[in-house]
Amino acid sequence: MAERKTKKETTAKKETKATKAAAPAPAKAKASMPSTDTKPSRIGVFICHCGTNIAGSIDIPTLQSYAQNLPNVAYVDNYQYMCSTPGQGKIEKAIAEHKLTGIVVAACSPRLHEPTFRTATKEGGLNPFRFEMANIREQNSWVHMHDREGATSKAEDAVRIAVAKAALLQDLFPKSVQVEKAAMVVGAGVAGMQAALDLANAGIKTYLIEKDPTIGGRMSQLDKTFPTLDCSQCILTPKMVDVGRSENIELMTYSEVEAVEGYIGNFDVTIRKKARGVLTPVEAEARGIVGGGCNGCGDCEAVCPVIQPNTFEMGMKPRKAIYIQHPQVVPLIYTTDKDSCIKCELCVKACGNDKRAIDLNQEDEFVKVKVGTAILATGYDIFPIEKKTEWGYKKFDNVITSLEFERLICASGPTGGHMVRPSDGKAPKRVAFLLCAGSRDNTGNAKAYCSRFCCMYSLKHAHQLIEKMPGTIPYIFYMDIRSFGKMYEEFYYRIQDEGAKFIRGRVSNVLEDPTTKNLWVMADDTLLDRPMKLEVDLVVLAAAVQPAELTQKTRKLFGVSCSMDGWLLEAHPKLNPCGTTTAGVFLAGVCQGPKDIPDTVASAEGAASAASIPIHRGEVELEPYFAQCIEEKCAGCGMCVNLCPYSALALVEKDGRKVMEVTEAKCKGCGTCGGFCPGGAIWMQHFATPQIIAQIDAFLLGGEK
Amino acid sequence: MAEEWKPKIIGILCNWCSYAGADLAGGGRIQYPPDVRIVRVMCTGRVDPLFIMKAFTDGADGVLISGCHFGDCHYLEGNYKAAKRMFLVKSLLKNIGLEDKRLRMTFVSASEGAKWASVIGDVVKTVRELGPSPLTELTK
Repeated sequence: MAERKTKKETTAKKETKATKAAAPAPAKAKASMPSTDTKPSRIGVFICHCGTNIAGSIDIPTLQSYAQNLPNVAYVDNYQYMCSTPGQGKIEKAIAEHKLTGIVVAACSPRLHEPTFRTATKEGGLNPFRFEMANIREQNSWVHMHDREGATSKAEDAVRIAVAKAALLQDLFPKSVQVEKAAMVVGAGVAGMQAALDLANAGIKTYLIEKDPTIGGRMSQLDKTFPTLDCSQCILTPKMVDVGRSENIELMTYSEVEAVEGYIGNFDVTIRKKARGVLTPVEAEARGIVGGGCNGCGDCEAVCPVIQPNTFEMGMKPRKAIYIQHPQVVPLIYTTDKDSCIKCELCVKACGNDKRAIDLNQEDEFVKVKVGTAILATGYDIFPIEKKTEWGYKKFDNVITSLEFERLICASGPTGGHMVRPSDGKAPKRVAFLLCAGSRDNTGNAKAYCSRFCCMYSLKHAHQLIEKMPGTIPYIFYMDIRSFGKMYEEFYYRIQDEGAKFIRGRVSNVLEDPTTKNLWVMADDTLLDRPMKLEVDLVVLAAAVQPAELTQKTRKLFGVSCSMDGWLLEAHPKLNPCGTTTAGVFLAGVCQGPKDIPDTVASAEGAASAASIPIHRGEVELEPYFAQCIEEKCAGCGMCVNLCPYSALALVEKDGRKVMEVTEAKCKGCGTCGGFCPGGAIWMQHFATPQIIAQIDAFLLGGEK
Repeated sequence: MAEEWKPKIIGILCNWCSYAGADLAGGGRIQYPPDVRIVRVMCTGRVDPLFIMKAFTDGADGVLISGCHFGDCHYLEGNYKAAKRMFLVKSLLKNIGLEDKRLRMTFVSASEGAKWASVIGDVVKTVRELGPSPLTELTK
């Protein structure tokens, strides 16, 4: 019956809504001035028990009777779970029955349920912005669990503060803006490629930005993938080719995001196209060289006299100053290394007069694009494991990282897939794998988190050694084997059966025999409870991963936060892992935290889906926390104009004097102008000076009836 | 005045970093003293020095302004502007004979729940050591 009643009310409300919608302009004009409303406020306060989450630490009956005595409070109720359908129904019903003008819910954080209760307020017939939340869970009951008196008194204050603000809240109307039908993906590893392909296949024009000369990312450096033992390149290159061919993807390699302006639906992004020193066929044609540009023939590379370490091969193979990273690069365009090029121009001659692809004086170019949403897929780097000096990386020749191992055992790697050790080029017979190298490390000198995929790839490495070089013994030094994925545990059993030796214990030290260059691994075998010392030919460090170098710069441009260890912060760890607190910006892959390939691809598809929603809807609503100018108070000094980081404010002539004017679409509602204005002439909607002062007064001066 | 004195401290927090960090402390059930009351704003840039002065004249024993780390502001640079204003307000407080330690600006990110708890612990300790604000007597 209650339900039926609610429905009836909803219809009744619609009329009110319609009336309001018909006349938003006068309401807005009123909002630009301090409230002159003389009509008394009637506030409804709803207290949530949240089961025992709140009621366990806060005395609800005390809080309820306290709230009843507050000025402007017309109705108080409490309920087990205010966010439930019956809980929200209480709000809707009370608005009509008690002619409420504002709603306060004392419950969890507004960051969690403000949208829920705003909807309930709206359903009840009030403007949704006539709602204020008192956070008595995250910032009270959960942090004062053993101080019932202190918590209850703090909750009383919180409700009083919220009621004071609610009494001054005004009707606000979100601004609808069009969404540009284009997206951007930053980073073209497997996550970025997958996200871009999904967006492109959904019919969305997608700009895919990659800092390296080729797409492919870390996955293209791997040999085999666990637990299926698929060849990494074999499953990745078809995707790379698809990206290169997709009509909806505009691929920008060797490019970086330089500046971001705007907001969801309308991001203006400036891309720096770093000078390759080599022209693509399109660029060549633009210069009038018809049929010219780089075709990837490699004649230039053959004549280049400069030899550099190849970073793609972890420095284990040489490359020229004009190079491609590996044979499967997309796009197949050479790049010059500006730092090592000696400008001898032998390559220019080799390239010839027909193609004229090489321009060693080419300069960086800046391109501006407009997109509706963006996905960050900036990936990871390997933690500089030489910081952990006890394992001797970069000190002893035969201590290598897992990524170096991947290149050494890869058929397209520097040794053609012949597993050799660096000191003498001989095949190792005893190989120690050190897991958690720099991960799960609380010394402060490395990473406290689990890098998540090292256990599994180390098992795969052990398998590859046994398969390729029968008789080789892999020794795996581990803390725990974390084989949590589908078919992972089975893979672990398989490697045990194949003869890999597992020693549970962290390696304290690695020492080198200076004559043989063999290594002594010192550890504690915690299962047998005895120290051990093992001579091996090669040590492989499963080094921790960390956010890629450009992550910090990129995230700041897009206004995305990061956690303490630098991984980008999702909007909610469980319920919104692909979103961020910046509307319209999403996360894919390892930039959000270590992930293996299946999880990375899944997160990329999730991000692509989320990023496509505003684009397909075509418009989004912006929260109306805009600044407004109170013209009669404005002295036209223009200080606010310079303070605004979004250029949303300007001085205009009105009635023969200068006053400030706000471009609402540009205003993001930070209130920096309002915090400064010496004349108090800026009205920050929903965070107006009288509203905040009322909160301060309510706390400090009391104000109970 | 037999009753134990409880400091009145107001915390004005930005929505994106410190308020979220305080929520995270809650999620992690990190316990801290219940002496600080919170007002949420979108950005510390919104904090008019007037708010702080109003709080002190209303009888606050301490004021905490907490925002994002430098370079991390959701609105690019609101926290820089807020921090600049804090120097101004602090020097004003000193000049009118109020301990400037009663005003504190901190930077707590959305991922620093534990830091939030220790900031509160520290602020409460500082204000408790300073005792009631001398302005409280004036307004009585």
